[in-house]
Amino acid sequence: MAKKVPEIPSASMADIAFMLLIFFLVTTTMDVDSGLERRLPPPADPNQVQTDIQINERNIFVVLVNAQDQLLVENEWLAVKDLRARAMEFLDNPKNLATLPEKEVKEIPFFGPTEIVKNGVISLRNDFGTTYGMYLNVQNELVAAVNDLRDAKAMQKWSKKFKDLNEAQQDAIKMIYPQKISEAEPKKVGVKKL
Amino acid sequence: MSKFRKDASKELPPLSTASLPDIVFMLLCFFMVTTTMREVTLKVKIKKPEATELTKLTKKTLVSFIYIGQPTLQYQKTFGTEPQIQLNDQFASTSDIQGFITAERAARDESEIPLLITSIKADESTRMKIIQEVKEELRKAQALHINYSARKKVALQ
Repeated sequence: MAKKVPEIPSASMADIAFMLLIFFLVTTTMDVDSGLERRLPPPADPNQVQTDIQINERNIFVVLVNAQDQLLVENEWLAVKDLRARAMEFLDNPKNLATLPEKEVKEIPFFGPTEIVKNGVISLRNDFGTTYGMYLNVQNELVAAVNDLRDAKAMQKWSKKFKDLNEAQQDAIKMIYPQKISEAEPKKVGVKKL
Repeated sequence: MSKFRKDASKELPPLSTASLPDIVFMLLCFFMVTTTMREVTLKVKIKKPEATELTKLTKKTLVSFIYIGQPTLQYQKTFGTEPQIQLNDQFASTSDIQGFITAERAARDESEIPLLITSIKADESTRMKIIQEVKEELRKAQALHINYSARKKVALQ
Protein backbone atom coordinates (compact mmCIF):
# COMPACT_ATOMS: atom_id res chain seq x y z
CA MET A 1 0.00 0.00 0.00
CA ALA A 2 1.35 3.31 -1.01
CA LYS A 3 2.22 5.77 1.66
CA LYS A 4 -0.21 8.57 2.06
CA VAL A 5 1.13 11.81 0.67
CA PRO A 6 1.36 14.17 3.59
CA GLU A 7 -0.85 17.21 3.27
CA ILE A 8 0.86 20.43 2.36
CA PRO A 9 0.79 22.60 5.42
CA SER A 10 -1.31 25.63 4.74
CA ALA A 11 -0.50 27.40 7.94
CA SER A 12 2.01 29.68 6.25
CA MET A 13 -0.41 30.63 3.52
CA ALA A 14 -1.82 33.40 5.65
CA ASP A 15 1.65 34.82 6.22
CA ILE A 16 2.43 34.85 2.54
CA ALA A 17 -0.85 36.55 1.79
CA PHE A 18 -0.21 39.09 4.51
CA MET A 19 3.15 39.89 3.03
CA LEU A 20 1.59 40.52 -0.37
CA LEU A 21 -1.12 42.58 1.25
CA ILE A 22 1.38 44.75 3.04
CA PHE A 23 3.32 45.23 -0.17
CA PHE A 24 0.24 46.50 -1.95
CA LEU A 25 -0.78 48.65 0.96
CA VAL A 26 2.58 50.35 0.97
CA THR A 27 2.89 50.86 -2.76
CA THR A 28 -0.65 52.12 -3.28
CA THR A 29 -0.65 55.85 -3.46
CA MET A 30 -4.06 57.23 -2.84
CA ASP A 31 -3.11 60.76 -3.81
CA VAL A 32 -6.16 62.65 -4.82
CA ASP A 33 -5.32 65.31 -7.31
CA SER A 34 -6.34 68.70 -6.15
CA GLY A 35 -6.18 72.12 -7.61
CA LEU A 36 -7.72 75.51 -8.05
CA GLU A 37 -10.97 75.25 -9.90
CA ARG A 38 -11.83 77.95 -12.40
CA ARG A 39 -14.21 78.43 -15.25
CA LEU A 40 -13.09 79.87 -18.53
CA PRO A 41 -15.29 82.33 -20.37
CA PRO A 42 -16.91 80.92 -23.52
CA PRO A 43 -15.10 81.72 -26.75
CA ALA A 44 -15.57 85.21 -28.09
CA ASP A 45 -18.08 85.44 -30.89
CA PRO A 46 -16.38 87.17 -33.83
CA ASN A 47 -19.71 88.46 -35.17
CA GLN A 48 -20.55 90.17 -31.97
CA VAL A 49 -20.14 93.89 -32.06
CA GLN A 50 -17.99 95.17 -29.25
CA THR A 51 -20.15 97.40 -27.18
CA ASP A 52 -18.53 99.57 -24.63
CA ILE A 53 -20.09 98.82 -21.34
CA GLN A 54 -19.70 101.70 -19.05
CA ILE A 55 -18.37 100.43 -15.79
CA ASN A 56 -17.65 102.96 -13.19
CA GLU A 57 -14.04 102.95 -12.16
CA ARG A 58 -14.89 102.40 -8.54
CA ASN A 59 -16.51 99.10 -9.48
CA ILE A 60 -13.35 97.57 -10.93
CA PHE A 61 -10.53 96.18 -8.89
CA VAL A 62 -7.60 96.14 -11.23
CA VAL A 63 -4.86 93.62 -10.54
CA LEU A 64 -1.86 93.65 -12.84
CA VAL A 65 1.01 91.21 -12.73
CA ASN A 66 4.05 92.00 -14.80
CA ALA A 67 6.81 89.87 -16.23
CA GLN A 68 8.97 90.42 -13.15
CA ASP A 69 6.17 88.94 -11.04
CA GLN A 70 5.41 92.29 -9.48
CA LEU A 71 1.91 93.18 -8.48
CA LEU A 72 0.10 96.43 -9.18
CA VAL A 73 -3.26 96.73 -7.50
CA GLU A 74 -5.40 99.80 -8.17
CA ASN A 75 -2.28 101.67 -9.31
CA GLU A 76 -0.35 100.80 -6.19
CA TRP A 77 2.48 98.43 -5.55
CA LEU A 78 1.41 95.60 -3.32
CA ALA A 79 2.86 92.44 -1.90
CA VAL A 80 0.97 89.23 -2.57
CA LYS A 81 0.32 88.71 1.13
CA ASP A 82 -1.61 92.00 1.31
CA LEU A 83 -3.72 91.25 -1.71
CA ARG A 84 -6.30 89.20 0.11
CA ALA A 85 -7.15 91.93 2.60
CA ARG A 86 -7.42 94.51 -0.16
CA ALA A 87 -9.66 92.28 -2.27
CA MET A 88 -11.86 91.56 0.73
CA GLU A 89 -12.22 95.25 1.44
CA PHE A 90 -13.19 95.83 -2.16
CA LEU A 91 -15.73 93.02 -2.30
CA ASP A 92 -17.37 93.93 0.96
CA ASN A 93 -17.00 97.71 1.20
CA PRO A 94 -17.89 97.63 4.90
CA LYS A 95 -17.66 101.37 5.44
CA ASN A 96 -19.50 102.26 2.23
CA LEU A 97 -16.62 104.35 0.95
CA ALA A 98 -17.04 106.32 -2.25
CA THR A 99 -13.85 104.88 -3.70
CA LEU A 100 -15.06 101.31 -3.35
CA PRO A 101 -17.94 99.77 -5.34
CA GLU A 102 -21.50 100.94 -5.00
CA LYS A 103 -23.88 99.08 -2.79
CA GLU A 104 -27.54 98.38 -3.20
CA VAL A 105 -30.21 96.82 -1.06
CA LYS A 106 -31.40 93.50 -2.38
CA GLU A 107 -33.78 90.88 -1.11
CA ILE A 108 -31.78 87.79 -0.21
CA PRO A 109 -33.34 84.55 1.06
CA PHE A 110 -32.64 83.92 4.77
CA PHE A 111 -31.12 87.36 5.19
CA GLY A 112 -33.99 89.60 4.11
CA PRO A 113 -33.14 92.94 2.53
CA THR A 114 -29.37 93.19 2.64
CA GLU A 115 -27.01 95.82 1.43
CA ILE A 116 -24.66 94.15 -1.02
CA VAL A 117 -22.00 95.31 -3.40
CA LYS A 118 -23.79 95.85 -6.68
CA ASN A 119 -21.36 94.98 -9.39
CA GLY A 120 -17.83 94.88 -8.16
CA VAL A 121 -15.59 93.05 -10.61
CA ILE A 122 -12.03 91.94 -10.08
CA SER A 123 -10.07 92.37 -13.25
CA LEU A 124 -6.91 90.34 -13.44
CA ARG A 125 -4.42 90.93 -16.18
CA ASN A 126 -1.11 89.17 -16.42
CA ASP A 127 1.80 89.43 -18.75
CA PHE A 128 3.02 86.78 -21.15
CA GLY A 129 6.21 86.66 -19.15
CA THR A 130 4.59 86.16 -15.76
CA THR A 131 5.47 82.86 -14.18
CA TYR A 132 2.71 80.36 -13.68
CA GLY A 133 3.49 80.06 -9.97
CA MET A 134 2.91 83.77 -9.44
CA TYR A 135 -0.24 83.74 -11.53
CA LEU A 136 -1.68 80.90 -9.51
CA ASN A 137 -0.66 82.61 -6.31
CA VAL A 138 -2.60 85.73 -7.25
CA GLN A 139 -5.60 83.72 -8.38
CA ASN A 140 -5.46 81.80 -5.14
CA GLU A 141 -5.47 84.96 -3.05
CA LEU A 142 -8.45 86.37 -4.96
CA VAL A 143 -10.43 83.17 -4.61
CA ALA A 144 -9.41 83.04 -0.96
CA ALA A 145 -10.74 86.57 -0.44
CA VAL A 146 -14.16 85.53 -1.70
CA ASN A 147 -14.09 82.30 0.30
CA ASP A 148 -13.07 84.11 3.47
CA LEU A 149 -15.93 86.55 3.12
CA ARG A 150 -18.39 83.74 2.53
CA ASP A 151 -17.07 81.82 5.51
CA ALA A 152 -17.34 84.87 7.73
CA LYS A 153 -20.93 85.47 6.65
CA ALA A 154 -21.85 81.84 7.17
CA MET A 155 -20.23 81.88 10.61
CA GLN A 156 -22.13 84.98 11.57
CA LYS A 157 -25.51 83.68 10.46
CA TRP A 158 -25.40 79.94 11.06
CA SER A 159 -22.13 79.47 13.00
CA LYS A 160 -21.02 77.02 10.38
CA LYS A 161 -18.45 77.07 7.64
CA PHE A 162 -19.66 77.86 4.16
CA LYS A 163 -18.99 74.38 2.85
CA ASP A 164 -21.08 72.82 5.62
CA LEU A 165 -24.20 74.76 4.70
CA ASN A 166 -26.96 73.30 2.59
CA GLU A 167 -27.42 74.29 -1.00
CA ALA A 168 -30.06 76.96 -0.49
CA GLN A 169 -27.98 78.64 2.19
CA GLN A 170 -24.90 78.49 0.02
CA ASP A 171 -26.79 80.08 -2.85
CA ALA A 172 -27.94 82.90 -0.60
CA ILE A 173 -24.39 83.64 0.44
CA LYS A 174 -23.22 83.37 -3.13
CA MET A 175 -25.69 86.12 -3.97
CA ILE A 176 -24.11 88.36 -1.38
CA TYR A 177 -20.54 87.57 -2.40
CA PRO A 178 -20.43 86.45 -6.01
CA GLN A 179 -17.11 85.34 -7.43
CA LYS A 180 -16.56 87.76 -10.25
CA ILE A 181 -13.01 87.50 -11.46
CA SER A 182 -12.48 88.51 -15.02
CA GLU A 183 -9.27 87.88 -16.85
CA ALA A 184 -8.27 90.34 -19.49
CA GLU A 185 -6.19 89.44 -22.52
CA PRO A 186 -2.59 89.51 -21.39
CA LYS A 187 -0.12 91.99 -22.68
CA LYS A 188 2.42 90.67 -25.07
CA VAL A 189 5.48 92.26 -23.61
CA GLY A 190 8.11 90.85 -21.39
CA VAL A 191 8.62 87.59 -23.25
CA LYS A 192 12.14 86.54 -23.91
CA LYS A 193 12.95 86.90 -27.57
CA LEU A 194 13.58 83.47 -28.97
CA MET B 1 -27.68 21.35 37.68
CA SER B 2 -25.37 18.68 36.48
CA LYS B 3 -26.11 19.76 32.96
CA PHE B 4 -24.14 22.93 33.39
CA ARG B 5 -21.23 21.28 35.04
CA LYS B 6 -20.82 18.94 32.11
CA ASP B 7 -20.57 21.86 29.70
CA ALA B 8 -18.06 23.71 31.79
CA SER B 9 -15.74 20.78 31.79
CA LYS B 10 -15.49 20.88 28.01
CA GLU B 11 -12.44 22.62 26.69
CA LEU B 12 -12.79 25.59 24.39
CA PRO B 13 -11.96 24.40 20.89
CA PRO B 14 -9.06 26.26 19.26
CA LEU B 15 -10.11 29.02 16.91
CA SER B 16 -9.95 27.76 13.38
CA THR B 17 -7.54 29.70 11.26
CA ALA B 18 -8.38 27.87 8.09
CA SER B 19 -10.38 30.80 6.73
CA LEU B 20 -7.72 33.36 7.50
CA PRO B 21 -5.94 33.03 4.15
CA ASP B 22 -9.24 33.51 2.38
CA ILE B 23 -9.97 36.69 4.26
CA VAL B 24 -6.53 38.06 3.57
CA PHE B 25 -6.76 37.14 -0.09
CA MET B 26 -10.03 38.98 -0.29
CA LEU B 27 -8.37 42.11 1.09
CA LEU B 28 -5.48 41.59 -1.26
CA CYS B 29 -7.76 41.34 -4.26
CA PHE B 30 -9.53 44.51 -3.19
CA PHE B 31 -6.29 46.44 -3.07
CA MET B 32 -5.05 45.02 -6.34
CA VAL B 33 -8.23 46.05 -8.07
CA THR B 34 -8.45 49.53 -6.61
CA THR B 35 -4.81 50.41 -7.12
CA THR B 36 -4.55 52.66 -10.10
CA MET B 37 -1.20 52.57 -11.70
CA ARG B 38 -0.03 55.78 -13.27
CA GLU B 39 -1.10 55.57 -16.86
CA VAL B 40 1.15 58.12 -18.43
CA THR B 41 4.86 58.45 -18.02
CA LEU B 42 5.77 62.03 -17.46
CA LYS B 43 8.15 63.40 -20.01
CA VAL B 44 8.22 66.85 -18.54
CA LYS B 45 9.43 68.09 -15.19
CA ILE B 46 6.64 69.47 -13.08
CA LYS B 47 6.93 71.16 -9.74
CA LYS B 48 3.41 72.11 -8.86
CA PRO B 49 2.79 75.55 -7.35
CA GLU B 50 1.28 75.85 -3.90
CA ALA B 51 -2.18 77.09 -3.13
CA THR B 52 -4.66 77.04 -0.29
CA GLU B 53 -8.09 77.17 -1.90
CA LEU B 54 -8.07 73.71 -3.34
CA THR B 55 -10.83 71.51 -4.58
CA LYS B 56 -10.28 67.81 -4.97
CA LEU B 57 -10.68 66.02 -8.24
CA THR B 58 -12.72 63.16 -6.95
CA LYS B 59 -13.81 61.49 -10.15
CA LYS B 60 -10.59 60.58 -11.84
CA THR B 61 -12.29 59.10 -14.85
CA LEU B 62 -13.76 62.47 -15.71
CA VAL B 63 -10.48 64.34 -15.72
CA SER B 64 -8.18 64.86 -18.66
CA PHE B 65 -4.72 66.09 -17.94
CA ILE B 66 -2.53 68.54 -19.79
CA TYR B 67 1.07 68.60 -18.63
CA ILE B 68 3.25 71.61 -19.24
CA GLY B 69 6.88 71.88 -18.25
CA GLN B 70 10.48 71.57 -19.23
CA PRO B 71 11.29 68.25 -20.95
CA THR B 72 13.22 65.80 -18.78
CA LEU B 73 16.92 65.33 -19.45
CA GLN B 74 16.58 62.48 -21.91
CA TYR B 75 14.26 64.48 -24.15
CA GLN B 76 16.12 67.75 -23.96
CA LYS B 77 18.25 66.85 -26.96
CA THR B 78 15.30 66.63 -29.27
CA PHE B 79 12.89 69.08 -27.70
CA GLY B 80 15.17 71.65 -26.12
CA THR B 81 14.75 73.18 -22.71
CA GLU B 82 11.77 75.40 -23.44
CA PRO B 83 8.52 74.31 -21.74
CA GLN B 84 6.56 71.80 -23.76
CA ILE B 85 3.04 70.47 -23.65
CA GLN B 86 2.50 66.80 -23.04
CA LEU B 87 -0.80 65.17 -23.89
CA ASN B 88 -1.21 61.51 -22.97
CA ASP B 89 2.18 60.00 -23.71
CA GLN B 90 3.65 62.39 -26.19
CA PHE B 91 4.75 65.93 -26.72
CA ALA B 92 2.24 68.09 -28.49
CA SER B 93 1.71 71.61 -29.65
CA THR B 94 -1.13 73.96 -28.85
CA SER B 95 -2.91 73.07 -32.09
CA ASP B 96 -3.29 69.46 -30.91
CA ILE B 97 -5.36 70.42 -27.89
CA GLN B 98 -8.69 70.68 -29.66
CA GLY B 99 -8.21 67.21 -31.11
CA PHE B 100 -7.20 65.92 -27.71
CA ILE B 101 -10.37 67.27 -26.11
CA THR B 102 -12.49 65.78 -28.88
CA ALA B 103 -10.82 62.42 -28.37
CA GLU B 104 -11.32 62.63 -24.61
CA ARG B 105 -14.98 63.37 -25.14
CA ALA B 106 -15.40 60.53 -27.62
CA ALA B 107 -14.00 58.10 -25.07
CA ARG B 108 -16.66 59.02 -22.53
CA ASP B 109 -20.32 58.36 -22.23
CA GLU B 110 -22.45 61.12 -23.67
CA SER B 111 -24.03 61.92 -20.33
CA GLU B 112 -20.62 62.46 -18.77
CA ILE B 113 -19.40 65.02 -21.28
CA PRO B 114 -20.66 68.11 -19.45
CA LEU B 115 -18.95 66.91 -16.29
CA LEU B 116 -15.50 66.65 -17.83
CA ILE B 117 -12.77 68.65 -16.19
CA THR B 118 -9.48 69.56 -17.75
CA SER B 119 -6.66 69.68 -15.28
CA ILE B 120 -3.67 71.79 -16.17
CA LYS B 121 -0.55 70.50 -14.51
CA ALA B 122 2.14 73.03 -15.11
CA ASP B 123 5.49 73.78 -13.57
CA GLU B 124 5.59 76.88 -11.41
CA SER B 125 8.36 78.52 -13.38
CA THR B 126 6.57 78.21 -16.71
CA ARG B 127 5.89 81.53 -18.36
CA MET B 128 2.23 82.38 -18.85
CA LYS B 129 2.50 82.64 -22.64
CA ILE B 130 2.17 78.91 -23.24
CA ILE B 131 -0.54 78.53 -20.62
CA GLN B 132 -2.48 81.41 -22.10
CA GLU B 133 -2.36 79.69 -25.48
CA VAL B 134 -3.56 76.46 -23.94
CA LYS B 135 -6.43 78.27 -22.26
CA GLU B 136 -7.36 79.92 -25.53
CA GLU B 137 -7.49 76.51 -27.24
CA LEU B 138 -9.59 75.09 -24.42
CA ARG B 139 -12.03 77.94 -24.81
CA LYS B 140 -12.30 77.19 -28.51
CA ALA B 141 -12.90 73.52 -27.71
CA GLN B 142 -15.61 74.51 -25.22
CA ALA B 143 -13.79 72.75 -22.42
CA LEU B 144 -14.43 75.54 -19.96
CA HIS B 145 -14.24 73.72 -16.68
CA ILE B 146 -10.59 73.69 -15.73
CA ASN B 147 -8.52 73.00 -12.70
CA TYR B 148 -5.06 74.37 -12.05
CA SER B 149 -3.28 71.54 -10.32
CA ALA B 150 -1.56 72.62 -7.14
CA ARG B 151 -0.18 71.32 -3.89
CA LYS B 152 -1.65 72.15 -0.53
CA LYS B 153 0.26 74.96 1.09
CA VAL B 154 1.32 74.27 4.61
CA ALA B 155 0.17 77.11 6.80
CA LEU B 156 3.03 79.00 8.43
CA GLN B 157 1.87 80.08 11.79
